[in-house]
Amino acid sequence: MGEQTVTTATSTTEARTRRGPGPFLAVRDLSVRFTTEDGVVHAVDRLSFDLEKGTTLGIVGESGSGKSVTSLSILGLHDPETTDIEGEIWLEDQELVSASRTTMERLRGNRIAMVFQDPLTALSPYHTVGRQIAETYRRHKGASKREARERAIEMLRLVGIPQPQLRVDDYPHHFSGGMRQRVMIAMALVCDPDLLIADEPTTALDVTVQAQILDLLKDLQQKTGTAIILITHDLGVVANTAHNVLVMYAGRAVERGTVREVLHEPRHPYTWGLLGSMPSLRSPLDVPLRPVRGTPPSLLSPPSGCPFHPRCDYVDRVGPEFCTGERPALTPEHGHADACHLPLEEKRRIAKERDRAERGGRA
Amino acid sequence: MTEPLLEVSGLTKHFPVMGGALIKRRVGSVHAVDDVDLTVAAGETVGLVGESGCGKSTTGRLVARLLEPTAGTIRFRGEDITHASRAKLKPIRPQIQMIFQDPYSSLNPRHTVGSIIRGPMEINDIDPPGGREKRVRELLEIVGLNPEHYNRFPHEFSGGQRQRIGIARALALQPKLIVADEPVSALDVSIQAQVVNLLRQLQQEFGIAFLFIAHDLAVVRHFSQRVAVMYLGRIVEIGDRESIYERPRHPYTHALLSAVPEIDPEPGRERIRLTGDLPSPVNPPSGCRFRTRCWKAQDKCAQEVPPLVRLDGNAEGHLTACHFPMEPTTAAQNGSASSAGRDVPESALAE
Repeated sequence: MGEQTVTTATSTTEARTRRGPGPFLAVRDLSVRFTTEDGVVHAVDRLSFDLEKGTTLGIVGESGSGKSVTSLSILGLHDPETTDIEGEIWLEDQELVSASRTTMERLRGNRIAMVFQDPLTALSPYHTVGRQIAETYRRHKGASKREARERAIEMLRLVGIPQPQLRVDDYPHHFSGGMRQRVMIAMALVCDPDLLIADEPTTALDVTVQAQILDLLKDLQQKTGTAIILITHDLGVVANTAHNVLVMYAGRAVERGTVREVLHEPRHPYTWGLLGSMPSLRSPLDVPLRPVRGTPPSLLSPPSGCPFHPRCDYVDRVGPEFCTGERPALTPEHGHADACHLPLEEKRRIAKERDRAERGGRA
Repeated sequence: MTEPLLEVSGLTKHFPVMGGALIKRRVGSVHAVDDVDLTVAAGETVGLVGESGCGKSTTGRLVARLLEPTAGTIRFRGEDITHASRAKLKPIRPQIQMIFQDPYSSLNPRHTVGSIIRGPMEINDIDPPGGREKRVRELLEIVGLNPEHYNRFPHEFSGGQRQRIGIARALALQPKLIVADEPVSALDVSIQAQVVNLLRQLQQEFGIAFLFIAHDLAVVRHFSQRVAVMYLGRIVEIGDRESIYERPRHPYTHALLSAVPEIDPEPGRERIRLTGDLPSPVNPPSGCRFRTRCWKAQDKCAQEVPPLVRLDGNAEGHLTACHFPMEPTTAAQNGSASSAGRDVPESALAE
C-alpha cells in the first residue's frame, strides 16, 4: 500500500516541474470585504505573501485578524453575495480569485485541501469515515468504489490509525478527538494535494495529541512535498512546525520572515506583545506577563494609519502623527519584513531590551 | 503548618453508565475521579493539570460541592462538608466561588452586568456598606472594567471583558477559595495574559486561594505555587512548582512537559511521543493507569496500584505515584528518547 502512495506522489511531482519559475503560491494585494448589517467589514487588507513547495508557512494572529478569511479566499469558500475580493492569488499559473466555480471545484479537495479546527463538525455524522474519504477520491480521480475504498484504507494507515481495514467502516463518533483529526488529515491528503491549509488543526486537542498531529503533518510533508499553510494563534506550534511566519493584525500582515527571524529577532511591536503574552516553561517565575494592552480593533472601522497604534507602547518614539496618519508598508519586499514606522535600529534595540527583561535571570 | 483551608482525602466520583433496552439499569460506571488527596492552604494557588478526561474539572466541581462525591471527604476550614445539606452549606458557599471556562455561556444574556455581579449578594443577603450598587462598581473597577458599564448587557463586551465580569462575580462575596476551571483557555493570547495578570494581582491583594484547573502547562506554571498532575482520575504527581517542572519523576509528567511546543526549547531536550489514546475511564487499566502508554511499564505496574509517596531525592511535599520513576531531570533525555520515544535506557537518564 505504502508504495502506491509514493508512486502517486512522484507522478504529481513530475507534473509540477513542467512549469515556469515563480513561487508556488503567490498572494498579491488580497483584500476581502464583507457587507454586513452594521457596515462593511475589512477582513483582509492588501495582504501579500508567497509559499514554496515543501515548506510550511505559519500564519499567526488573534481572532479577527483575518487569517481564516485568507484561507477561505484561497479555497474560494466565501459567500459571493456578500463578499468583495480584490487582488490576485496565483497557484502556479492558475489565478484563483477570478477562477470560475467549476475550476475551483476541480481544485478543491484535489490540488488544494483543508483541515479544519473542529473535526467533529467538519465530518458528517451520517457517513462512515471510509465513505467520506473515498468520496473525494472518486470525485476527483474517477476511481471505482473498490479502488476508492482501498485508497481510504491506505490513507487511514498513513495517518497512523490502527486496524484501518476495520476502522474504515466506523462513524466519526467512534473515534477520539485526536483520531478524528487524523481522519480529517487523511481526507485532506487523499488526492495528494499540492497545498494543504490547516486552520488551527490542533487547537481543540490535548498537548500530547497535538504533538502527535504536528509530527504527523511534518512526516507527511517530507513524504509528499506538500506546501502547508498552518493557521494558528500559538507561536510555540509555529516554532515547531513552520519554516516561515506571517504575523497578522487587523487583516494586515505586520511582520514576515523565517521562524528564526520573527521569533528570535522580532521587529514589530505587536509581535513583541504576542511573545510577551506567552508564558513559557522556562520563563522566570513571579514576573508578570507583558500582554498587549487593550483589545483588538473593530474591523468595521479599523484605526487610521497603523491599525496597531491604539495599543502600541512606542507611538511617541516616532511622533504620533506618523502612526495615526500614515499606514506603514511591509518593507523590505523580500526577506524579514515588518510594517512599523519605528526606525530599524530602534526596533533592534527595543527587541533586545524586552528579550532581556523577559528572560530575567537566565542566560 | 497550620490547618489547610481545603483538605480533600480519598475523593472519588463515579458516574453511572446506564444500559438495557427497556428497563434502564446501571451497567458500569465512569471512574471520573478516584482516590484523590489534595490540600490547599489559605492564600495558596494549586494548579491541576492533565489531558481532557483526566478528571480535573470533576475534581473542581466536587470541591465546590456542585457534584455529590461517591466517596472520600472534603473538609473546608476544618469542617466536613462532604455530604453537608443545603442549609449547612449556606454559610460555606459564599467562601468557595467558581470561575468558568466559557465567558459566553456563563453569563446570563438577559441580565445586566450590574445584576449579574449583584446576584450573589442578593442570594446571600449581604448588604455591603454603601449599598450593593456601590460594591458592584468597586468590583468592576478592581477587575479593570469601567464602573459606568453597570447597566450594560454581556453581549456588549468582548470575551476577555466577559471573563472579567465572571471574575468580579466570583469576588463579590469575598471568597476564601476560588475554583477556576480553565479560566483563560477560551481567550486570545494577548487577552489571556491580561487575565492571568489580573488573577495574580487579585490573589496577592486579597489573599484568595485558588484551585486553578488548566491544560496549559505554561500558564499553570506561571500562576501556581503547587501543581498536581492528573491522569485518568488519579493524581500521579504533586509537588511544588519548581519540583514538578524542573525535577519531575513520573513518566507521564515528563511526557506532558516534553509535548509542550516551546518557542525557545531547552537545548538537548527531545520530545517523548506518547502513543495511543487515553484509555476509557469506564474500564480503567489495572494497577497503574498510565501503564498502557508508558515505556517503562513492567508486570508490577499491572498488578499493583503505585502509591503516591515521596521518593528518594524528591523535595519535601513532592509526591509521585510510580513504581519505576524517572531520574529527576528534564534535560538529560537528550537523544535517548528517540523519535519512537518508547525506550529510554536507564543509563542515558543518569546525569
